[in-house]
Amino acid sequence: MRKTCLEMVYELAKTDERIFFIGSDLGFGTLNHFKEEMPDRFFMEGVGEANLVGMAAGLAMEGKILYVNTIATFLTRRCFEQIVLDLCLHNVKVRLIGNGGGLVYAPLGPTHLAIEDIAILRAVPNMTVVAPADADEMRRLMPQTVDYPGPIYIRLGKGYDPIVTNDDTPFQIGKAILSKAGDEVLIVTTGICLERALEGAAQLKEKGIEAAVLHVHTIKPLDTASILEHASPASVVVSVEEHTVIGGLGSAVAETLAESSFQSVKRFRRIGIPDEFPSEYGSQDSLMERSQITSDGIVSVVEGLLKESTAVA
Amino acid sequence: MKTNSTVLDRRSMELRKTIVRTVEGSRRGHIGSAFSLVEILRVLYDDVLRYDPRNPDWAERDRCILSKGHGCLALYSILSDKGFFPVAELPKFCLSDGILGGHPEHSKVPGVEASTGSLGHGLSIGIGFALNGRYEKADYKTFVIVGDGESNEGSVWEAALCAGKHRLDKLTVIVDYNKHQSCGSTFEIQDMEPFGDKWTSFGFGVREVDGHDVGELRSAFSELPFAPNKPSAIVAHTVKGKGVDFVENNLEWHHKSKITDDEIQALFSTLEAV
Repeated sequence: MRKTCLEMVYELAKTDERIFFIGSDLGFGTLNHFKEEMPDRFFMEGVGEANLVGMAAGLAMEGKILYVNTIATFLTRRCFEQIVLDLCLHNVKVRLIGNGGGLVYAPLGPTHLAIEDIAILRAVPNMTVVAPADADEMRRLMPQTVDYPGPIYIRLGKGYDPIVTNDDTPFQIGKAILSKAGDEVLIVTTGICLERALEGAAQLKEKGIEAAVLHVHTIKPLDTASILEHASPASVVVSVEEHTVIGGLGSAVAETLAESSFQSVKRFRRIGIPDEFPSEYGSQDSLMERSQITSDGIVSVVEGLLKESTAVA
Repeated sequence: MKTNSTVLDRRSMELRKTIVRTVEGSRRGHIGSAFSLVEILRVLYDDVLRYDPRNPDWAERDRCILSKGHGCLALYSILSDKGFFPVAELPKFCLSDGILGGHPEHSKVPGVEASTGSLGHGLSIGIGFALNGRYEKADYKTFVIVGDGESNEGSVWEAALCAGKHRLDKLTVIVDYNKHQSCGSTFEIQDMEPFGDKWTSFGFGVREVDGHDVGELRSAFSELPFAPNKPSAIVAHTVKGKGVDFVENNLEWHHKSKITDDEIQALFSTLEAV
């Protein structure tokens, strides 16, 4: 996904002179061909993210389209005020490419875990937040980022994530994709968790439970219409994300459901990272397992909620 | 550097009177911070910058960012004087039906190049403007006015490193060095000395001037860039509150609210006396 994203920046830049790339001392040799072929539009700057984002804003205010690449934590937390004021207040076309969204850098510890990036960025006016599920979807997303208005945060997975999307449904920023139909349960997910959600839904189907999977690749602007449409027939709704349960996709879905006019009671649960700094290293998978961000975890939560739902009925 | 005794002429006093008229409605504002940079802005807009008030987005204009956004009263004074927006906007400063906020906004005020107010943002944005100019082979210049207190922010120095690295010789930083920040003198709160040497060591050509001496300012601007293939820094020695004795170096006037009728009258009287 990461490689595809950067390669797409190169491909898009070849035919659009408005496109510039700025890196922050990340990835030795990254986009060398971009640098060689379009040196005037390639900047590899030092590790000063505040300046990097402000500089990108200045170029974007002059009509350029900026792709800024570095590790997700540093690109969101370190320069948050520059994102809010320089990018969002000026509403400029800067695309932040956040490497290692979620638990990707598990072996490197809490300093490198971007587990609140969605929460902080979706709170800022004018910001768009996208988390594609795989490289194929990234390929569909990137051309749309060129002329899309305002700043965009693109959350990257680890790389070589399994391909779980297809182009049956046209990709459109801001429009959720129903990856699997089902009317008893709705699983709402984003990013690479789509794979786990689909696996969980398949396991539920084997148990005779029909679960829909709604892939919300764009967390902001949120496709509330689609969430409500697919939540309507379901008695159980769960959200699945590689992110703290506070403020991310799960919170956005909860807000949407709470403000809806559903007459029927729905059981709802957020599956995500609990409100604590992970205490272990290990791998992305091992930390996700700890937080039940797995197909088995989804099945277990859904079955528990269905029991509660039945008990009430 | 005899900044305390520099005598201000009628134009400088008129621009300050406009500032007082601007705060008459809301009775608040960073008056001391604005009075220290009136001559810097006056010389820029009278003698240095290329612009068209009827076409504030003109691609070939010089760009001037007030990074110390809290000094915006001085910017509003000169922009209205030049016709970027009607003077009728001035009394609506900070009011709900006006376009002029306590910090300047790009989307609301013609001539304001970037929204500022939180400190340490303007120089990086100016670097983006200057890099764009280089890419487009345009000959416009970019000016960024920063405060001395503002220069406590690390992002100012991230930007300074970057400007030096890119050898942005069409970028000029002007430091409004009034020696005071919100809670005390800069020497007490956060000493920036040796200030000029810092800019030199970050790759700038540097000139120190009396920031209230119009002639000295004109002369400095006419000699840009100060060193070939380097960005320039003008360290302008100024006086916070310059022009009104009871405001000068008086921290109560860094940001003043609930300004009384008597104080408004006293401000006008002092400025009229020249």
